[in-house]
Amino acid sequence: MIVGSIVAIETRNLLSAVISVAAVGFALSVAFLFLGAPDIAITQLVVEVLVLIILIRGTILLDNTAVESHRDTLAVVTSLIFFGLVLGFGAMIFGGRGFPEFGEPVMRVSRVYVHTGLPATHCANIVTSVILDFRAYDTMGEATVLFTSILGALALLRRDGKKKEGEVVAA
Amino acid sequence: MKGMTVIVKTITDFVVGFIVVFGAYIVLYGHLTPGGGFAGGVIIACAFILTMLAHGKDVAFSKLPEKVAHVADSGGALVFLLIGWFGVTVGFFFMNTFGRGEVFRLLSSGMILPLNIAIAFKVASSLFLVFSALAIFRRRSFRAMIEDELA
Repeated sequence: MIVGSIVAIETRNLLSAVISVAAVGFALSVAFLFLGAPDIAITQLVVEVLVLIILIRGTILLDNTAVESHRDTLAVVTSLIFFGLVLGFGAMIFGGRGFPEFGEPVMRVSRVYVHTGLPATHCANIVTSVILDFRAYDTMGEATVLFTSILGALALLRRDGKKKEGEVVAA
Repeated sequence: MKGMTVIVKTITDFVVGFIVVFGAYIVLYGHLTPGGGFAGGVIIACAFILTMLAHGKDVAFSKLPEKVAHVADSGGALVFLLIGWFGVTVGFFFMNTFGRGEVFRLLSSGMILPLNIAIAFKVASSLFLVFSALAIFRRRSFRAMIEDELA
């Protein structure tokens, strides 16, 4: 995964960058599978395939796929500062007690869901019972985000698609 | 976009049905096995996108017209909201009021199954719409658009 992301950043060809990002995504799906989260693994895999198709189509149709990039010092400085901030806050939060064991998170809120999920919803898949029963309001927000993005995309892309006869499109 | 070769078209015709059935399985058994409305909806959308890539947009729109996709997109969101408001009549928003059923049966867990189906319709039609929007509304090339913007 790390190798794939480094290649994606450093390569000068857009198509190979897209394919390296896809490799990172598939490796992430396998990682989710090993961590025991098949729901997330399925979603990651499927969305990765779809995004890969769209990105490759977009990349191939571009005229110049090779990008001459110049390294921006401001970007480097900013990313270094944010990396330091992440490390600093992580040390502040976990510094005293040490990190929890990998794959065994601090179960404070989720213990309630795990214990009451099956009797409360009669749903065999605990993930679905959480996202569609306990947290259905959040899922509605997610659906709304998707809906709004479709509206925006259609409204933006429609400009020269649905032009009337003799109409002049404002630039 | 007139489509690809005969080999691709034949294999696509053969495979698309299986993909849709698998997506429906992922949706309907979302409360029993891993999966759910979102993943299943994306799989169904992938089937239609495969049709569009292989056969061109005319065949894909004859399978799933744009109007139908719009209606499914909005209707999925609306059904999701209505199921949420249905809970208000008994208790609170998104209260699980339907019959819970027996664990590990298909018709169990109350409102989760209809919510999954609503999400699947919504996700499938909206992702198909995004792809078709990218495929159709780009009459001119990117370069011409950029040059127009700069001019």
